[in-house]
Amino acid sequence: MLRLVRYLKPYLLALVVMLGFLLGQTIANLALPDYMARIIDVGIVGQDLGTVYHTGLVMLLVALGGGACTVGVGFLASRIATGVARNLRNDIFTRVEDFSLLEFNHFSTASLITRCTNDVQQVQMVLVMLLRLALFAPFMGVGAIIKAEQLAPSMTWIMAVAIGVLVAVIALLFTLAIPRFTLLQRLVDKLNLVTRESLTGLRVIRAFNREGEEEAKFEQANQTLTDTNLVVNRLTAIMQPVMLLVLNLTSIAIVWVGAHRIDAGSLAIGDMLAFMQYAMQAIFAFLMISMIFIMVPRAAVSGRRVMEVIDTEPSIRDPEQPASVQTGDGTVEFRDVTFAYPGAEEPVLRDVSFTAAPGRTTAIVGPTGSGKSTLVNLIERFYDATSGQVLIDGIDVRDMNQEELRAKIGYVSQRAVLFSGTIESNIQYGDEDLPPSVVEQAARIAQASEFISQLDDRFAHPIAQGGTNVSGGQKQRLAIARAIARDPEIYIFDDSFSALDFRTDANLRAALGRETQDKTVLIVAQRISTIMDAAKIIVLEAGRIVGQGTHAELLRTCEVYREIAASQLSDAELAATDGGVRR
Amino acid sequence: MSERRHSGGPPPIMGRRGPGFGGPVEKPKNFRVTMRRLIAYLRPFWTSLVVVLVFAVASTLFAIISPRILGDVTNTVVRGYTQEQVYDRIMRQLPPGTKLPPGTTGADILAKMPPDIRAKIPAAQVSAIEKMDLSHRPGIDFAGILRWVELLVGLYLLSAILGYIQAWIMAGVAQRVTFNLRRDISQKIDRLPLRYFDARPYGDVLSRVTNDVDTVSQTLNQSLPTIVTSVTTIVGIFVMMLTISWLMTLVALLIVPLSLIFIRLIIGRSQGYFVQQQQTLGQLNGHVEEMFGGHTVMKAFGGERRSVAEFRTMNEGLHESAWKSQFLSGLMMPIMMFVGNLGYVAAAVLGGWLAIKGRLQIGDIQAFIQYLRQFTQPITQTANVANVLQSTAAAAERVFEFLDEPEESSEVPYPVQLETVRGEVEFDHVVFGYDPEKIIIKDFSAHIQPGQRVAIVGPTGAGKTTVVNLLMRFYDPTSGEIRIDGVSTREMTRGDVRRLFGMVLQDSWLFTGTIEENIAYGNPGATPGQVRAAAEAAHADHFIRALPGGYEMELNEEADNVSAGEKQLLTIARAMLAGAPMLILDEATSSVDTRTEALIQEAMERLMTGRTSFVIAHRLSTIRDADLILVMRDGNIVEQGTHDELLARNGFYADLYNSQFAHPGAAIALPQEAPAEAGVPGDD
Repeated sequence: MLRLVRYLKPYLLALVVMLGFLLGQTIANLALPDYMARIIDVGIVGQDLGTVYHTGLVMLLVALGGGACTVGVGFLASRIATGVARNLRNDIFTRVEDFSLLEFNHFSTASLITRCTNDVQQVQMVLVMLLRLALFAPFMGVGAIIKAEQLAPSMTWIMAVAIGVLVAVIALLFTLAIPRFTLLQRLVDKLNLVTRESLTGLRVIRAFNREGEEEAKFEQANQTLTDTNLVVNRLTAIMQPVMLLVLNLTSIAIVWVGAHRIDAGSLAIGDMLAFMQYAMQAIFAFLMISMIFIMVPRAAVSGRRVMEVIDTEPSIRDPEQPASVQTGDGTVEFRDVTFAYPGAEEPVLRDVSFTAAPGRTTAIVGPTGSGKSTLVNLIERFYDATSGQVLIDGIDVRDMNQEELRAKIGYVSQRAVLFSGTIESNIQYGDEDLPPSVVEQAARIAQASEFISQLDDRFAHPIAQGGTNVSGGQKQRLAIARAIARDPEIYIFDDSFSALDFRTDANLRAALGRETQDKTVLIVAQRISTIMDAAKIIVLEAGRIVGQGTHAELLRTCEVYREIAASQLSDAELAATDGGVRR
Repeated sequence: MSERRHSGGPPPIMGRRGPGFGGPVEKPKNFRVTMRRLIAYLRPFWTSLVVVLVFAVASTLFAIISPRILGDVTNTVVRGYTQEQVYDRIMRQLPPGTKLPPGTTGADILAKMPPDIRAKIPAAQVSAIEKMDLSHRPGIDFAGILRWVELLVGLYLLSAILGYIQAWIMAGVAQRVTFNLRRDISQKIDRLPLRYFDARPYGDVLSRVTNDVDTVSQTLNQSLPTIVTSVTTIVGIFVMMLTISWLMTLVALLIVPLSLIFIRLIIGRSQGYFVQQQQTLGQLNGHVEEMFGGHTVMKAFGGERRSVAEFRTMNEGLHESAWKSQFLSGLMMPIMMFVGNLGYVAAAVLGGWLAIKGRLQIGDIQAFIQYLRQFTQPITQTANVANVLQSTAAAAERVFEFLDEPEESSEVPYPVQLETVRGEVEFDHVVFGYDPEKIIIKDFSAHIQPGQRVAIVGPTGAGKTTVVNLLMRFYDPTSGEIRIDGVSTREMTRGDVRRLFGMVLQDSWLFTGTIEENIAYGNPGATPGQVRAAAEAAHADHFIRALPGGYEMELNEEADNVSAGEKQLLTIARAMLAGAPMLILDEATSSVDTRTEALIQEAMERLMTGRTSFVIAHRLSTIRDADLILVMRDGNIVEQGTHDELLARNGFYADLYNSQFAHPGAAIALPQEAPAEAGVPGDD
């Protein structure tokens, strides 16, 4: 939370002005009881109507001035708090956009989203309140105590006792309640979990006739939640009556003690009434302060979560003097590449060396978790190799400017990602200035023309957030079109054909084949049938290359490959390809 | 996404969540009907509610009488004090040491006074002086004050105790009602047809159980008693004020509409900015989700700068509406404070004037000011009650809507139970559509002999699970019937039909709990030995024992502490243990590595032996070996027969088979490797 303070710096002047307003607000609020005492002691007791009117007018002006100051505080507080939130948001977002996948894995995407949205919002909310109250309450509390002390030093002990009792009650209640609040949150989560499970698992529950048991489970979660809620509610309900009781008993005590002082001639009646007002103001100020103490820790959690992200340096940055990158032929070479996640015992990739030459298809196969996707992520520099080198046309990717590096690559991810906008804006994503003819050509190659032409607004057809308004297959084709439209030197397809139906798949690959004739093509695949014809197949297992060669060669030499092939292809197919017989 | 928003929030410690004062309010469709139903939930607790009502009113009344009494105490102090002053002044005129004889009153002294001095004494004081006994120095009546103070302490204590008892009882009622609402929803879930859940995201139901019920609960717990106390306070204070001074009350009442007008004005303006803020915030959050979610793609295509620029523009817009809505809604407090101070000044001046005129005492002014201070809060609260009730009704309405959804058709009165099951399944002119207007399965008939294996094939999205839905009676056919061993499934209970099938679906759902509990899900009475045997038969025993905790390992919510393939093995073990006479299976697809896939295949093979099985098939061998293949397209079963028959027919199946399995030459073609032939798929 303290690290957030630097975000207040640009608002120093506004803060100072706001402090001035706060002071005015406090003074006005503290002055009113004084004037009332004057009305009583000079006006009423002294039978002076002029003083009553005159003082009344002054009171009105003071109230107005105080009101104006409060509005000023409100204005500046909302400007400062939302301004800080805006700057925080800009910083955290810009920072995250620079993150490599390493940082994404560290924080998790969901957590980064929450930090950038909810947490910043939380900070803003608490900041507004802090600016308004956290400074006002102490001002007011101290001011009221000083005023009361001036009026009747012998009675301030009553205020001290009242404040002491209230703070003690609040402290006690919260030490009792806070652990239960935590428990409550867990029980709510538990109830949600049970409900979610009974919804997502509806088919299985019904298939196994377990409705009764699920209901019993819900009933139990419901019961414990209800019981705990009851305890917490009854505990917090003590607060209100106790607070009122203390306030009222304080008034009585002041009148009782004050009456004796008046009798002894050491206190004026109006002053006693003013004292009562100050006592109330002081007590309310302390109540506010205790609320702040309860709220700040929660905002501090959000603040820390935000600052954690802002203070994380991206692990991958552009070199200070990037190598000048020319258009090359797009040869990709891995030289003894090992990659391990920081802190992991086992590397994901181990001593991987191969070359993917232009004009040929290099395929990467292997069981899940063998490191296929990591391997292509190293080319894109989403990660950096732990040791060894990834080279494009002989230049280490780490020596290149990231944007220039990625401009060479047409990347189609495993999960097709579209951005909100139009079909055209998605295909143009790599380069906004692409002419419509290129966009249309790319769509044609990606087999997307047909469905696009059936849409009313064709390329201007809107894409919803997350591309939810187009089918999986259409999404994948648009993602492929986006890569083609870039006219890259290198294509990377990370298991990108899974959502296509057979015919489209075949047509697409044929069209792509023509398009990619002189390009370097890397394909990650699960299915042997997709990559059987590749010029070079690299078989990965547990991060190591266990085989390199053509389909026929690997069937003869590579155990792992044979196993994969056996599980996917029919005997006839195996026999056919094994023998090199091609139809 | 929606879960994240739920679980991220802090526990409901203070007040309701939402945009707060000045934010837009959700409106129910039919306020009256919903409220009446909500009240029906309260009916069983009416005695408690009456007690709550009485106690709340009593507690408030005691609290309201007190300032008036305190004012009287002040009056007593003031009276004693002024008498002391008068006595001292009179005695100063007399020679020192003079003692007036008993029975001397102020009237005697006044009579002896020179007329010009006497005229200076205000008329209001004259009568008081006349009655004064001057034989001794008067003083403040502390004995009288003490009696008042004792009464006051008693009243305040009583008020606090009654107030707490009221809150205690109300909390009980509110929690009980909340509990009942939640239970009704949970039971409703089990009575609704799958049709309902297939048509909407489960987050929708979830939010009714949590957020909406919470809103109702908070209103019951906090807002309801507040309404009672607020109204009592307003009426009580009004009456008390009237007893002090009708003139001052009139002035105070003029202030109330003034504050209400201010509130309306501000709420009206700030609502617009709140809506705008919510919208921009939604946009901005959407952009964040999109960009972080597609981070690699964004980077791969060099979209950083554009993304940041876009974000900054949105953020600027958000800032604009955020500070305005913050500022406007924050205006409420200073304005209410100013209006309060206005009343304070008016009371002081008007009270002072009345006091000088002798028509009011200082203690009355003090009491009036106290009342005035307490007056504004219940008024703002009551002004807000309409909003609270509306959002509560909107939440309650969503809950009731759910509870009112049409339930599954009732079971037949005398259901048939099959004793021994042979496993003969007959589809007899089955017609079905998820939407009765849109029939997808048009007149399907098939006869499956006991022990036969049926493969269901078709492209993705062809509706292969429809057959599962019909067999399991998750849905009933629109017309026609399905018979098992000659008995229509409609004549059995749904539970009995489902007991006939073991089910292994691809989205293999497991629940939080130990692995052992998960395997025994369909057979809760199973012994650990039986569980172990089933796991062994499903090739799952080996990996389970390699896990930390073995069979006792807790699966977490997403069950992401075991791999997708392992999950499938567990569901196979679960089906093994359930021991149903027939099977419905879903073959693994690409998310499983090849070795595990082989294990799954073997386990499934074992499971299917001797049982009539329906397999949603992806593997060529499964399809070729099936006794019957059902070919699905666009929801309908378009062809049926064996592999050879279907190939001979040269229809959709043949097309499908050829493009998928026959020749894999469709890999991206390369000039030197696979020449032009790859360009023409399915031509062999």
